[in-house]
Amino acid sequence: MLKRFLVVLLLSTPLVGMASSAGGHLEKANVDVSNTASLQRGARNFINYCSGCHSAQYVRFNRLGADLGLSETQLRDNLMFAAERPFDTIKVAMPAADATRWFGQPPPDLSLIARSRGADWLFGFLTSFHQDDTRATGMNNLMLPGASMPHVLWELQGMQRAVYRTENDAAGNEHEVFDRFEQTAAGSLSTEEYKEFVRDTVTFLEYISEPVKLERIQLGIWVMFFLLIFFLLAYALKKEYWKDVH
Amino acid sequence: MSTSHNEQGAAKRLLAWVDARFPLTKMINEHAAEYYAPKNFNFWYLFGVLSLVVLVIQLLTGIFLTMNYKPAAADAFASVEYIMRDVQWGWLIRYIHSTGASAFFIVVYLHMFRGLLYGSFKPPRELLWIFGMLIYVVLMGEAFMGYLLPWGQMSYWGAQVITSLFGAIPVVGDGLVEWIRGDFFISDITLNRFFALHVIALPLVLIFLVVAHILALHEVGSNNPDGVEIKNTKGPDGIPLDGIAFHPYYSVKDTVGLAVFLMAFCAVVFFAPDMGGYFLEHANFEPANAMKTPLHIAPVWYFTPFYAILRAVPDKLGGVILMGAAIIVLFLLPWLDRSPVRSIRYRGWLYKLPLGLFAAAFVMLGYLGMQPPTPTYTYLARLGTVIYFGFFLLLPWLSRVDKTKPVPERVTYHA
Repeated sequence: MLKRFLVVLLLSTPLVGMASSAGGHLEKANVDVSNTASLQRGARNFINYCSGCHSAQYVRFNRLGADLGLSETQLRDNLMFAAERPFDTIKVAMPAADATRWFGQPPPDLSLIARSRGADWLFGFLTSFHQDDTRATGMNNLMLPGASMPHVLWELQGMQRAVYRTENDAAGNEHEVFDRFEQTAAGSLSTEEYKEFVRDTVTFLEYISEPVKLERIQLGIWVMFFLLIFFLLAYALKKEYWKDVH
Repeated sequence: MSTSHNEQGAAKRLLAWVDARFPLTKMINEHAAEYYAPKNFNFWYLFGVLSLVVLVIQLLTGIFLTMNYKPAAADAFASVEYIMRDVQWGWLIRYIHSTGASAFFIVVYLHMFRGLLYGSFKPPRELLWIFGMLIYVVLMGEAFMGYLLPWGQMSYWGAQVITSLFGAIPVVGDGLVEWIRGDFFISDITLNRFFALHVIALPLVLIFLVVAHILALHEVGSNNPDGVEIKNTKGPDGIPLDGIAFHPYYSVKDTVGLAVFLMAFCAVVFFAPDMGGYFLEHANFEPANAMKTPLHIAPVWYFTPFYAILRAVPDKLGGVILMGAAIIVLFLLPWLDRSPVRSIRYRGWLYKLPLGLFAAAFVMLGYLGMQPPTPTYTYLARLGTVIYFGFFLLLPWLSRVDKTKPVPERVTYHA
């Protein structure tokens, strides 16, 4: 029995080790969907760099305008390049069949990507593209190893290489663990500027994944306030009635 | 003054007119104003009323969701997003419904645990318990089918995994799976029939069973934390000395409980509708894709204790049988418990300790069912499964030898 227990222990330790190293690079995205300026920059980034390949088919331009404080003219001049009417959604011009031929699968719709992946994951994804000659695109990604997406932001971020170090786990097995990135070519943005660029973009993705979020929280505060008063009245009523119960 | 007198007179005459043709006053009296409940109900006795409230919430929000939802594989996911973004207040109704599903199981699990604490399943309340168990089983079916409707990755693959379990049954298994799905895999056809069952068939059965549950309760009378039968000590007027009218005493008391419940409920709806991925799973925000199996498929939290039992058994058929047995054994509880005493207050350690272990094992199994299986977790799940069944299998013997304390004649109550 003891032997078996030890075997179980030995077998389970590498699993735990792998699980923790996979998320090692995660840096908090720190997004704030109430920051309208960040959302506006994020919308610009999204339209300029993402929407060529990725749709956001549940997001309407007029809703964006209303929530981000943009007039219809501003929408038309800055964001609506392909769409005709303000109530159109963000579609993609690339045919799905071509996309499948080029990338193996059509790039996913991004309307809900922040809800399925999480803002922190997206931040990690957009900051962890690194050179890898074994990949067809010449790039790989820490968050999504083997990603078929090319590093479309390389002109902004520049190029980086992943440096690994060797670590021994509790069982004495050697592991290659991600250590840090090494910049190999400078981009048009500094490291900090690039992070801000990604943060704005992720903020926008977070917003489109649930446009009603701010309204929901604001309404919730009123609802809780109402329920508190309701509770106090109900409690007073109960006390009054239960005076006769002995 | 005279007008209000006349109005009162008119209202009374209207009521008399109705009462001569329909037992309105009689029913109100029987089930509320002259239904005498023990005066010593505690916190645990809230969850029956709360389950009823959640049922009504689910029925009402469900009606409005149905108005905009499209039960077709090509449209379902998009129609849910349409509700979330374009339908006025659609997001609120959807979040109330999705939170309601989890809330339903929370209150029902607490309601059932109350039954275990105070022996509410013991004679003469066996049938009441059976009706309750049937409600629980139908509720699981209702929740399972409802979870397919958003047509996300977890909807799809969860349904794929759970329906495939029927395939473990010898001889008829494969045919049965095909019959349930209406196809060789989860498809548009499956979605359509699950929708029909979710919005019409099972809710009707649920309502019928809830009525039967309440009628049975009002026939035998409520149990209480002391497990004392209040009908045994009646006053000269025939009313139990320890009983108080459900309305107004418990209607006002339950309103206080309802307010607290609604605060917790609304806190989830407005501030954390995903509940960190427990109420709305992250992977379910990705549309169903038959070509892409998620790395980790887990049912929603309320099914995970049984899912953990299923996975604890190395053999698929064995796992399915044990999972089914975990539910069936609950039906038999009134006949497994041989103790002369109902309430845990007057039972000994041979009930208190196993019940505590059982509750802990249930929670642990629930946690394990959400996690990817590792050898350690599988061992723990097996331990939990043994405790789960051990509680029921040892109960006939333990409940007979357990040292009980004397039960008082009247309920204990301090105003």
